[in-house]
Amino acid sequence: MPLDQIHEGGIATVLSIGGGRQLRSRLAALGLLPGTPLEVIQNSGHGPFIVGVRGSRIVIGRGMASRIEVE
Amino acid sequence: MPNPQKRVLKIAVAGNPNAGKTTLFNNLTGARQRVGNYSGVTVEVMEGTLQRGDLEMHIIDLPGTYSLTAFSEEELVARDFLLHENPDLVIDVVDASNLERNLYLTTELLEFGVPLIVVLNMSDTAQDRGIFIDVQKLSEELGAQVVPAVGNRNRGTAELLDAIVHWDAHAAELPGPAGKCRAAGPGVTSLVAVETGGHPAEWIDYGEKVEPALAEIAQHVPPRDHRRWLTVKLLEEDAEAMNELPDPNAREAVAAVAARFGEDTGADADTLIPSGRYHFIEQLVGFVSRVVPQRERTRTDRIDRVVLHTIWGVPIFLTLMFFVFTATFALGNPFMGMIESGFDWLGRTISGFWPVGAASPLKSLIVDGIIGGVGGVLIFLPNIVLLFLAIAVLEGTGYMARAAIVMDRFMSKVGLHGKSFIPLLIGFGCTVPAIMATRTLETRRDRLITMMVLPLMSCGARLPIYALMIPAFFPTQWQGPVLWIVYVVGIVLALAMARLLRATVFRGETTPMLMELPPYRLPTPVSLLVQMWTRAWLYLQKAGTVILGAAVILWFLTFYPKPPADMPIDPVHPKMETTTFSEMPDGGAKQSIALQYSVAGRVGRMLEPVLRPLGFDWRINTALLGAIAAKEVFVAQIGIVFAVEEADENSEDLRSQLRALYSPLVGLCIMIFALISTPCIATFAITRQESGSIGWALAQAWGLTALAWLFTFAVHQVGLLMGWGG
Repeated sequence: MPLDQIHEGGIATVLSIGGGRQLRSRLAALGLLPGTPLEVIQNSGHGPFIVGVRGSRIVIGRGMASRIEVE
Repeated sequence: MPNPQKRVLKIAVAGNPNAGKTTLFNNLTGARQRVGNYSGVTVEVMEGTLQRGDLEMHIIDLPGTYSLTAFSEEELVARDFLLHENPDLVIDVVDASNLERNLYLTTELLEFGVPLIVVLNMSDTAQDRGIFIDVQKLSEELGAQVVPAVGNRNRGTAELLDAIVHWDAHAAELPGPAGKCRAAGPGVTSLVAVETGGHPAEWIDYGEKVEPALAEIAQHVPPRDHRRWLTVKLLEEDAEAMNELPDPNAREAVAAVAARFGEDTGADADTLIPSGRYHFIEQLVGFVSRVVPQRERTRTDRIDRVVLHTIWGVPIFLTLMFFVFTATFALGNPFMGMIESGFDWLGRTISGFWPVGAASPLKSLIVDGIIGGVGGVLIFLPNIVLLFLAIAVLEGTGYMARAAIVMDRFMSKVGLHGKSFIPLLIGFGCTVPAIMATRTLETRRDRLITMMVLPLMSCGARLPIYALMIPAFFPTQWQGPVLWIVYVVGIVLALAMARLLRATVFRGETTPMLMELPPYRLPTPVSLLVQMWTRAWLYLQKAGTVILGAAVILWFLTFYPKPPADMPIDPVHPKMETTTFSEMPDGGAKQSIALQYSVAGRVGRMLEPVLRPLGFDWRINTALLGAIAAKEVFVAQIGIVFAVEEADENSEDLRSQLRALYSPLVGLCIMIFALISTPCIATFAITRQESGSIGWALAQAWGLTALAWLFTFAVHQVGLLMGWGG
């Protein structure tokens, strides 16, 4: 399911990342790749969407989060 | 080495944003910093020099970067520096509490083939979080010295210096530029040795899918420095890497291999390669560190819950900004007064070297031109320094990243990134540092749009104009609202113009929000002061060069040509006799006649047909010309036009003269035109420098002037129709 569907506190693993190569490399540089486990730290309504990846906190736009498939 | 007695080492400090790189750089170099000047590097990088025995170390603080794939201008600077300036040694600052992500850059640097010393910064935070790292093992695995440090407590600095000296003494004995690096395939560790420029080096094995494609690409890459790194980047179809290949045939062949790779493997190189790196890193981290898992939420997460709240985030941010601005102006004003009287004193003292009443061009140049012009700009230094300090605090604590996130929702509506908000905010202080702050934006498009609209944020130098005009034309109860209206006009126009530029010149997708949230930290006073001072110094240098030059030119335009001594002067009263210019008594009236005769006065008259529809006459036009040098010069200039000696924004005499000649509507039009029209010379210079072309600076100046004309025209004509012109 898309990442933005995961509730706060939920833990998931990235399956695939849609979107262009620019986006994929930016996410990769921040440590977010297929196979990476992540935790949804904040996901409330229209506010910012924050995930924990490899010990750091990353803010992801909702549009982008919907293109990241996780399980 | 040409001279064994004194050797120079060029050392670059690299690392992720928020890894504490700049703090460490400050610890190493102290206040001995200057802006480094490197060809091809458009963005200023800080450089410090350090003497250690017969070693002279030139230490360069590179902008923070997550990888050597450049996304923002700053990241490009870091990468271009490494590629083209060939540092002898790179200090890679790694946040020990966030080891995996930080080691990603380390693996790229190893692959890049540059000698490394790794600094494990914030090792105390790492231990608090239950992360224990075996420094000895990490050093062996990376084939580089590893120095643990706590930058914000100045621990590890001496050890790092020792490590540099040790590296220098033993560089020749080390096996290769990167030393030994253990490579990892799926489940196995293996070493791949390849020749690069005569140095054997070992690096990451990307596995059986990727390595054959890399070998194929390597055939087209001539033997050179950083060959392996370049080969990998070429498979990732990195546009900048392609430019490093001089031979067009080679470029074509490489592009073909990269395209075929995707088809053959059904995978993307830009996913497989980072995966390979992280695979290696995960193994490495597992081998050298021990993590005691802690599931509790960190303090940072708890603060963010409040600060980034859907509803409360914006009010909290606006309140903070309100305090920053109020404090900046409240604390800065006494110092402004001191600087002003200092320059007054200086002007009077220098005038004293000439006999009373003597008309010396040199005296006029020094006192009116240089001291008057540069002093007018330096008066704002206290405000600017305080604003820089506030920004340093907001950045150092980590709140700035949150501000960008909070504002992103609004900024994306006009097609800008949340990060654009920070430069716009700085623009209320001074446009020059604000344009420098656009460097953090990731796309050139976002950067240029932000730069173009930035002068619409009413800077501190416009304030004296408002301070003169508003009390002249508006009753007390209206003064506050009018000031507010002028600021809001600027903000609304900035957003509207950004939207317009986004829909016309800069079409395309919005840069999506993606950024790291650094943990909240308490910045050290020293790092805040150093940061404040280096930025203030840059501003001072601008004042000393560009503004000085502009002040001299403007002085000349305002004072030359002089009226001929026998020029007849029409009598003020019918009963008086016609005199000549030289017979006039010294004072305001004579100055005013001289100004009318000067280039500036003539241009002001020439502009009358163009600016009359806005309600302006030659007096205002001449003063507006002065505002091009620095906005606040308008006040001094209009004082000369009206023959009021020593005019400043508190001059009641000047105000009554303005009131007699113009309506409040024209007063408002003057303020609006001064706000919107062509930015000052310093802004022009910095826009040219930061956009990399004079074209953008010209477009900004002309575009804003056209906008100012149209908008002021509309305001004036509508005002006349509504009967406000009386």
